[in-house]
Amino acid sequence: MNVNQSAPPVPPFGQPQPVYLGHHQSSYGGQPGSTTAPTSYGAYNGPVPGYQQTPPPGVSRAPPSSGAPPASTAQGPCGQTAYGQFGQGDVQNGPSSTVQMQRLPGYQPFGSAILAPVVSQPAVLQPYGPPPTSAQVTAQLAGMQISGTVAPASPPSGLGYGPPTSLASASGSFPNSGLYGSYPQGQAPPLGQAQGHPGTQPPQRPVPLQASSFTPPASGGPRMPSMTGPLLPGQSFGGPPVSQPNHVSSPAPQALPPGTQMTGPPGPPLPPMHSSQQPGYQLQQNGSFGPTRGPQSNYGSPYPGAAAFGSQPGPPQPLPAKRLDPDAIPSPIQVIEDDRNNRGSEPFVTGVRGQVPPLVTTNFLVKDQGNASPRYIRCTSYNIPCTSDMAKQAQVPLAAVIKPLARLPPEEASPYVVDHGESGPLRCNRCKAYMCPFMQFVEGGRRFQCCFCSCINDVPPQYFQHLDHTGKRVDAYDRPELSLGSYEFLATVDYCKNNKFPSPPAFIFMIDVSYNAIRSGLVRLLCEELKSLLDFLPREGGAEESAIRVGFVTYNKVLHFYNVKSSLAQPQMMVVSDVGDMFVPLLDGFLVNINESQAVITSLLDQIPEMFADTRETETVFAPVIQAGMEALKAAECAGKLFLFHTSLPIAEAPGKLKNRDDRKLINTDKEKTLFQPQTGAYQTLAKECVAQGCCVDLFLFPNQYVDVATLSVVPQLTGGSVYKYACFQVENDQERFLSDLRRDVQKVVGFDAVMRVRTSTGIRAVDFFGAFYMNNTTDVELAGLDGDKTVTVEFKHDDRLNEENGALLQCALLYTSCAGQRRLRIHNLALNCCTQLADLYRNCETDTLINYMAKFAYRGVLSSPVKTVRDTLITQCAQILACYRKNCASPSSAGQLILPECMKLLPVYLNCVLKSDVLQPGAEVTTDDRAYVRQLVTSMDVAETNVFFYPRLLPLTKSPIENTTEPPAVRASEERLSNGDIYLLENGLNLFLWVGASVQQGVVQSLFGVSSFSQITSGLSVLPVLDNLLSKKVQGLIDSLRAQRSRYMKLIVVKQEDKLETLFKHFLVEDKSLSGGASYVDFLCHMHKEIRQLLS
Amino acid sequence: MATYLEFIQQNEERDGVRFSWNVWPSSRLEATRMVVPLACILTPLKERPDLPPVQYEPVLCSRPTCRAILNPLCQVDYRAKLWACNFCFQRNQFPPAYAGISEVNQPAELMPQFSTVEYVIQRGAQSPLIFLYVVDTCLEEDDLQALKESLQMSLSLLPPDALVGLITFGRMVQVHELSCEGISKSYVFRGTKDLTAKQIQDMLGLTKPAVPVHPARPAQPQEHPSISSRFLQPIHKIDMNLTDLLGELQRDPWPVPQGKRPLRSTGVALSIAVGLLEGTFPNTGARIMLFIGGPPTQGPGMVVGDELKVPIRSWHDIEKDNARFMKKATKHYEMLANRAAANGHCIDIYACALDQTGLLEMKCCTNLTGGHMVMGDSFNTSLFKQTFQRIFSKDFNGNFRMAFGATLEVKTSRELKVAGAIGPCVSLNVKGPCVSENELGVGGTSQWKICGLDPTSTLGIYFEVVNQHNAPIPQGGRGAIQFVTHYQHSSTQRRIRVTTIARNWADAQSQLKHIEAAFDQEAAAVLMARLGVFRAESEEGPDVLRWLDRQLIRLCQKFGQYTKEDPASFRLSDSFSLYPQFMFHLRRSPFLQVFNNSPDESSYYRHHFARQDLTQSLIMIQPILYSYSFHGPPEPVLLDSSSILADRILLMDTFFQIVIYLGETIAQWQKAGYQDMPEYENFKHLLQAPLDDAQEILHARFPMPRYINTEHGGSQARFLLSKVNPSQTHNNLYAWGQETGAPILTDDVSLQVFMDHLKKLAVSSAC
Repeated sequence: MNVNQSAPPVPPFGQPQPVYLGHHQSSYGGQPGSTTAPTSYGAYNGPVPGYQQTPPPGVSRAPPSSGAPPASTAQGPCGQTAYGQFGQGDVQNGPSSTVQMQRLPGYQPFGSAILAPVVSQPAVLQPYGPPPTSAQVTAQLAGMQISGTVAPASPPSGLGYGPPTSLASASGSFPNSGLYGSYPQGQAPPLGQAQGHPGTQPPQRPVPLQASSFTPPASGGPRMPSMTGPLLPGQSFGGPPVSQPNHVSSPAPQALPPGTQMTGPPGPPLPPMHSSQQPGYQLQQNGSFGPTRGPQSNYGSPYPGAAAFGSQPGPPQPLPAKRLDPDAIPSPIQVIEDDRNNRGSEPFVTGVRGQVPPLVTTNFLVKDQGNASPRYIRCTSYNIPCTSDMAKQAQVPLAAVIKPLARLPPEEASPYVVDHGESGPLRCNRCKAYMCPFMQFVEGGRRFQCCFCSCINDVPPQYFQHLDHTGKRVDAYDRPELSLGSYEFLATVDYCKNNKFPSPPAFIFMIDVSYNAIRSGLVRLLCEELKSLLDFLPREGGAEESAIRVGFVTYNKVLHFYNVKSSLAQPQMMVVSDVGDMFVPLLDGFLVNINESQAVITSLLDQIPEMFADTRETETVFAPVIQAGMEALKAAECAGKLFLFHTSLPIAEAPGKLKNRDDRKLINTDKEKTLFQPQTGAYQTLAKECVAQGCCVDLFLFPNQYVDVATLSVVPQLTGGSVYKYACFQVENDQERFLSDLRRDVQKVVGFDAVMRVRTSTGIRAVDFFGAFYMNNTTDVELAGLDGDKTVTVEFKHDDRLNEENGALLQCALLYTSCAGQRRLRIHNLALNCCTQLADLYRNCETDTLINYMAKFAYRGVLSSPVKTVRDTLITQCAQILACYRKNCASPSSAGQLILPECMKLLPVYLNCVLKSDVLQPGAEVTTDDRAYVRQLVTSMDVAETNVFFYPRLLPLTKSPIENTTEPPAVRASEERLSNGDIYLLENGLNLFLWVGASVQQGVVQSLFGVSSFSQITSGLSVLPVLDNLLSKKVQGLIDSLRAQRSRYMKLIVVKQEDKLETLFKHFLVEDKSLSGGASYVDFLCHMHKEIRQLLS
Repeated sequence: MATYLEFIQQNEERDGVRFSWNVWPSSRLEATRMVVPLACILTPLKERPDLPPVQYEPVLCSRPTCRAILNPLCQVDYRAKLWACNFCFQRNQFPPAYAGISEVNQPAELMPQFSTVEYVIQRGAQSPLIFLYVVDTCLEEDDLQALKESLQMSLSLLPPDALVGLITFGRMVQVHELSCEGISKSYVFRGTKDLTAKQIQDMLGLTKPAVPVHPARPAQPQEHPSISSRFLQPIHKIDMNLTDLLGELQRDPWPVPQGKRPLRSTGVALSIAVGLLEGTFPNTGARIMLFIGGPPTQGPGMVVGDELKVPIRSWHDIEKDNARFMKKATKHYEMLANRAAANGHCIDIYACALDQTGLLEMKCCTNLTGGHMVMGDSFNTSLFKQTFQRIFSKDFNGNFRMAFGATLEVKTSRELKVAGAIGPCVSLNVKGPCVSENELGVGGTSQWKICGLDPTSTLGIYFEVVNQHNAPIPQGGRGAIQFVTHYQHSSTQRRIRVTTIARNWADAQSQLKHIEAAFDQEAAAVLMARLGVFRAESEEGPDVLRWLDRQLIRLCQKFGQYTKEDPASFRLSDSFSLYPQFMFHLRRSPFLQVFNNSPDESSYYRHHFARQDLTQSLIMIQPILYSYSFHGPPEPVLLDSSSILADRILLMDTFFQIVIYLGETIAQWQKAGYQDMPEYENFKHLLQAPLDDAQEILHARFPMPRYINTEHGGSQARFLLSKVNPSQTHNNLYAWGQETGAPILTDDVSLQVFMDHLKKLAVSSAC
């Protein structure tokens, strides 16, 4: 939605009216008639257009953006039309990167000079544009260029969609294409008028100013650019607005083509085409469009090329004959790059229902205009089939990946807190949904109709407000709950446990002081770190000090509690050896305020390592430790978090005692699942109690051997905690990783004692949940603790028909206690489209989210089914999805042709990565604990994390000039892509490898490692020397920035080519055949093709 | 008679023994007709400044079933170096060390004046004394403060090498580790969970050989090879540490809601204390000192719930079988007491609270182990403070007046058997030839364990004459009894004290007069009282009284001189004359009467009655009353209401209380302030005299009596009024009709009435 982008200065609550107005108009005006809110309009154009797409063809060009400033009324309409165009236009714009570049610079002056008049815009600009900073500009530039070269960016789906399905499905689109051709022209003029527009169209570049300036257009701009330049045809697709998105994909120019082609096994012929010829693109596009757009059939026909594709090049059965050219198959790198180029530069405005957000790998800003940011919720598809039959046919899982407390970049405001006073948040009487922007006020504002269950509710007098002539409440923009997708309510006492407002939560540090922990230096390190770390406990807002209280426990076979009351001169240790029946030996003085007890705590932390320095105790307990922490919280009547630092299998006589049951012989047998199942039910019971108390458990493991992660992680898993594992921990090597993780874990903002509920509009229902939480019933997700990294994946099923007009709504409500002890409700709303055509479904999917869901589904499956079954299920499902597409949406073509939906063209490669992952196909060196660890990690990963986890990023470090400070473009994860004269960095969110080619220049070796030759580089090195040269700094900087992106610290391992460590590294080259028998990408693709053909025949 | 009195006194001084009969009836039948059983009051460790212990071991009779110890009564063949056991007549060789023995060179144990000998055993490792403090922290702030001070003070009184330990409890039980520097460390236990000894030891880490949590001191092992060193440390090492620890002791931090009692885990705390010592120092003298400020309210051994609205059980509840927790709690503490006793550890209870603290349930802990029981109102009273201090008092040799882990063995000559013992002891269940089938008190054994005893600890030991009527005693034969007491002296030496006594037999038919004259009515009264109190523990009060009455009547019938059916003719000889009066006061004493006493108080009184020596016991039975006046020097007066006169000051000693009572006139004078006027200095002296005397008593008495200073009409005068013989009551006041004495408002019978009835019943042929 180009539309929105411009407008939404965003959650302008704080801000004065202007914004609102703008808002208003943009979103609402757009639909009904932009006329209403003229003034600010200009700025907003963005939004409107999306809605009106229907008219697009004709109207489209009105260059809304620029128009903004002046004529309100007139513009209104224009704007809309323009938008429509924009969308399209944008597409076109995209292409010429250079131009954009120019704009940017122009930007500033622009904004200030010309735009200044425009009320809203300036504001907008500043926040978004972040234009001023040179850095950004350059960044953009870079981006632009890339895009330019690459291809068209996909405009936000929104555009396409707005003009509902018809467009998409309608082959009519083609005609549009024709239009498109015209478009450019058409646009041109408008551009002239509306500055913004110009941007869109390549030719007009001059205009760029606006494009850039208009944040809004930006979106359109960037995306389009790629497309436009070269491919009008592409646009043509776009014509049907829908198509645009597709284009995006297509943009990945060369890659795509192959993609398309790939279908036709015959890949060979195609590649050349793509690369060389733009026309080739079209073909590619077919491939790609097919997917995204409408049914390919359309394409096929219109584009001869496309059809040709399958048939032409590919002798139907080339498959067997030739090996596929890896370059000819869809490349994740290309897709990511394209999306980045096309959508990264403009904010994503959430005002429009059912728009597909940019990929997770793309950096973009979000403006909340009524739907939750994709940072909070991502869906597998933004177009939900209207009927369950359709859904069954497509086999595309309908799922949302929800990260309710996601952290936002500093540019985006965190959700506003709304206080509805003593009566509490306003809710639907029947379904209990919370007030949200989708609620319809009727009867002059005296009642509202629930958008979820259609129940008519009275509006309480204190909440009454008049409606304007559009049926909107007059105060809609003063109230976050009426205008934003995400916001928070202050909960009343009714929402609290025992009808008492919660007290501030507590952190309890529980440290294993058995022999192993002492010997490895862990205890000393940890105690030392805690001394300073405790000053950085999470605090709320601008609070001066954290409200969180802390407590300390050490343990081996018995537990030692510490009284660190501020009045004591020395801490007191209280030993509880009754581990069979754990209890908390003290109340007063166990949980203390950091500042008050600083001296005592410091003294304690000094003494702990000394006290146990000579311990010989090797046995540990585990369940009683958690029990103790939980009881302590219970006694203190608060929620909280336990930080457990544990080293060994708990074999001491106590509840939860475990035995070593590691047995590799079970792998690939029906009993393999037992390796993932907990040994005893005791931990589930314990977890349940913890959840009831709001006791979240974070577990840091430092095992030297098998510790049964599968069992130990049960409680963290069910309480919303995290598990960190540092195998064979040694202070020298792992200190930084551990401390970094610890700091992050302690400092991160957490919600406690949370309950999450996902409500949906009638027709679908949340039926399944994946993640780290506990469920007592079928609807309430209970989380003892929830931090910004934790994700819950929710699967939906139909229980009735959906209706295209109303779409489908999701409301995720999270009731939690903030780290200052405030009880709150966080609400995320998301509106999705509904479709009756399968093509729409396929066009609005997100493969990354799909993979997230499928991985979690599979990883849960291994608990109950043999791994082989799980793998087969995945493959079958994938084949079904693709076959359904082929059958129902793709243009007829020879059976030998593999046609992938544009949005899903990476599904095979990603799925293959999932199948090859350690959990589903363990290599010889992967321990049972590792598998269990990864299994539970993935369970609460968000989409970005699963994306990189399954398909690691491989960054060449020496390819681009040293001066180039931007992150180098990634290369595909395959050994073939490695050149032995280069150095590469590989990361998957958990691991970080620096691969050094055997024939790297000495100079490079010298400047990076400080040694003179390749042979002198220590293999397995984990820290690069800090050297004063550009390359070293750049690499260090890159590593740091990568680490900053991930929720866990990635330990660096330097791998030399041909070294024995290289096997480990190669494990992550996921496009290759893996040692454990995982298929290469190409092989898997062929296999998938075979499966599909079987299904089709 | 004088001779017998002297004899008795002499015997008591030398051997600490007083027999009810000093001439013994020669057959079982006659003995039973004597009514008062043949028994003795034995003070095993009676202080004998003139008795230096001998530094060698006793010589034992070689007969395995006898093992009697060589004593002055044995016949010795100096030439053959043989001695004949006077109990089993076994002839034994003297050991080589006695080679030089001759008639002029006798070892001490053969000299007649050494009927009591104390041997010091040199063998075996000496184990230090152990003091384990078990402290309730659910106290009021000032109470706790006072207690802490007392405890700190006590540290300075302990011998430097004594081991000390500290357990505190409230809602939880904390066992403090005393050896650690820096962080003070304690093991915490839930107050509601009963743990077996094994569990406790596991949890305290006592079962494994040396858990080197503090490996920093390798020097220790030789000193205390035992692993317990973490919890029990020599006082000289951790003196400062422990003082600080006690100083930092806080009140139990768990909140006590309105209307609730604090949760007090006495049962578990004691259980842990017992378990700790059991696991670390079995069969070593140790003293567990339990300080409580209220009743146990949770866990095993709880006596009352924590709801304040439910009061603690009263005698009324107990009679109605309404005391919910009593049986279970009693069982718990009995179990603990038996375990402690089996290991030779004694338990003291210091209970200071205004309300009851559950002594009824816990009494067995002290009674079975020989521990002290002290009851006061607050730890912040001199009663507690001085009593506690006195526990650590020293004898003339500078040794503590306490001994540990004693076993008392009684050997008898063939005509006698041991029927039982009553006192702070438990049976060791040693059957032997001299054990009677009939039990009086704790019977069925010839050995008892007395875990804690001091120089005044006294037992009543009951015998049975088993000689058949037709089997005459050999002429001139004497019955002999040997008491052998093994114990750990406070200097940590093991010692054995042996007392051998002999008495003449007499034929009751022909020599009744002798027997009668040799009756020790004081000892008899105490012995009968002990029997009565012992019965009262398990039987209903009235039954015991009836039994006592019947015994008294039978005794009067047997030894009175009267004409049948003529009460006026009834006479008792001098040696019996006081006995009925003792019985009269005994009937009224708190040992048998529960009226006006809480169950705790009854338990407390009975506890002391069962362990004090004869003099103190008699005071308990019949308090002593002194009168001070201008008419002459202070004089003992009758414990009678007629002694309460307006111009007298009375000083009453009931053992538990010292009451100074100012007569009406005296009180008025005092109010008028005459004592401050120089011309009435004699009045001042008069007022001072009883105070000085009271101080003297207070100094010697353990436990400290309650000291009451009152006057005519004062509310506390009730202590006096309830004790005196109510010869004048509201019923007969006018009959007596004079200004003498003070009427007591009671329906109790007076001594006069009692005696009249006794005479009537004694002379009646009906019973």
